[in-house]
Amino acid sequence: MDGKAIDAQQRYQKLVKDNAPKPKVGRNLWRAFLVGGALGVIGHFLYGLFEAIEPTKGESTATTLASLIFIGAVLTALGVYDSIAQWGGAGAAVPITGFANTIVSAAMEFRREGLILGLGSRMFVIAGPVLVYGTVAGFLTGLAKVAIMNLLH
Amino acid sequence: MGYVWAFLASGLVCVLAQLLYEYTKWTPAHVLVLLTVTGAILEGLGVYRLFQNWAGGGALVPVSGFGASIARGVVAEGQRMGWEGLFSGVFEYTGLGLAAAIIAGFFIALVAKPKE
Amino acid sequence: MTSKRLGRWTVHFPGSPRLVSAASVVGPKEGEGPLHSYFDAIELDPMRGEMCPEAAERRFMEDACSRAIQQLALTSEDIDIFLGGDLLNQVITAGFTARSLQIPFIGLYSACATFGAALALAATLVDSDWVTTALVAASSHYQTAERQFRYPIELNVQRKPTNQWTVTGAGAAVIAKQGQGPKVTHATIGRVVDYGLKDTNDMGCTMAPAAADTFLRHLADTGRTPGDYDLILTGDLAAYGSKMFRHLVKEAGIGLGNKHQDAGQLIFSPQQKVGAGGSGCACVAVVGLGYVLKQMAAGRWHRVLLLPTGALFSPVTHLQGESIPCVAHAIVIEG
Repeated sequence: MDGKAIDAQQRYQKLVKDNAPKPKVGRNLWRAFLVGGALGVIGHFLYGLFEAIEPTKGESTATTLASLIFIGAVLTALGVYDSIAQWGGAGAAVPITGFANTIVSAAMEFRREGLILGLGSRMFVIAGPVLVYGTVAGFLTGLAKVAIMNLLH
Repeated sequence: MGYVWAFLASGLVCVLAQLLYEYTKWTPAHVLVLLTVTGAILEGLGVYRLFQNWAGGGALVPVSGFGASIARGVVAEGQRMGWEGLFSGVFEYTGLGLAAAIIAGFFIALVAKPKE
Repeated sequence: MTSKRLGRWTVHFPGSPRLVSAASVVGPKEGEGPLHSYFDAIELDPMRGEMCPEAAERRFMEDACSRAIQQLALTSEDIDIFLGGDLLNQVITAGFTARSLQIPFIGLYSACATFGAALALAATLVDSDWVTTALVAASSHYQTAERQFRYPIELNVQRKPTNQWTVTGAGAAVIAKQGQGPKVTHATIGRVVDYGLKDTNDMGCTMAPAAADTFLRHLADTGRTPGDYDLILTGDLAAYGSKMFRHLVKEAGIGLGNKHQDAGQLIFSPQQKVGAGGSGCACVAVVGLGYVLKQMAAGRWHRVLLLPTGALFSPVTHLQGESIPCVAHAIVIEG
């Protein structure tokens, strides 16, 4: 490619950037805060509930996560979770309910390609990386921490 | 007050993630991965536990809490069982939720269809 | 044969192949849009009673094709060739439609510019008497495009203002020398243009340079100006891409006046929450065959330039970090 063509490309890329619609960042951040905060309150309520009935702290963590995942799954099945996310953005995507939504929405979407190679194999098409990197990061930090604690003893 | 802190904590993590959506080309998967990994590392450093003491259930809601729970399980089981625990601990606190997600996803997909 | 070439890039059709019939079938959202009264059929169920959206998209294309054939009181036995395409991998909508039509078939792919490629090729074949009647069709479907190019429908993704909404529907037309209808007089086949853009959330701005390139070469070849046309209809540049197209054409020293419109902007109203506008193979097909041809028949416009635009990427090349190559074809239709 000659210099002139590269120049034209770069000018155009800048033009597109300059003309891009201004995202309503303030509005989107505010909505993310509201939706994410509301889910935080629900999580806190559940956590308090399970702390009262579960014997250990670890178990109340596990049951809280599971309940939130269940709520996300049901809202996805009812077809409302994507609408909440359209309004709330990251406020709906980042909570663990959104993680459940990635699994359930993919399962629903690819059900039509069959139970095994559709639903079964593509359920984790978006959630997969979260599991992979969450597991690797959790393993490495846990390993480091256990090693350090053993050295100190 | 616990509810106010829970709201603030979860809301602010979501605001940080929304900033990533607004100013980067990252996809939802990228943002989820980043938060999960961050949660795991902060748990390893002992920071996430402090955050959770302050925010209660609000700290468990963003996926960073999921990452932190993985790391917490690895540490707890690693101390209890030795090296096997470093592996089985991954799903100590998250296994219940994951199994719930898989089972719910399976049965929901059998009956519910995506809308237009 | 060389006499049919005009300038360096353009073909003209002295034999006057005509659009002797045309049909547009759309889904419910398009049916709620401002052009609803121009479509031949509005299907209220986007799934068409099928289990899979891919099967539903085929129903749209099959319906458009049979309507276009039946308008002439013909059967598919009477059609010599079927040229069609869509957005799906391996052009399955057109291929499967051809299976039921049993007309000799060539599947085409120019992404959302496929309808332009089909029209240009059909006019060439009819003009040169290789065939007497050619059927052209193009289709797209919101759900099939989302699942192939983006995400599961129910996933928590916030749409960006530059995102476009894939049109659900199909357009089909029969090209022949014998019969009534507007003539296809010229075609300029596009080069693939890539200005290095990678943002799949802004296809309009990505495709605008291809539209401008084909348009400017078309004007140079024919010696025409925008003033020679009553309407210049780009395919699916939508709000932001249209702005870029006008800018690029103006930069080349050519004023579009009020001649330019975009099918992606016409088909939906802003209240329908579609982002920057419509997109997909069906977008320019149903707007062109529904709205534009009916307005031409009513005498509002006499000479129209169709400029369908397409982005020739796949999710695989996108993940591999490649930029998005684009193409646009120009076709002149005259009443």
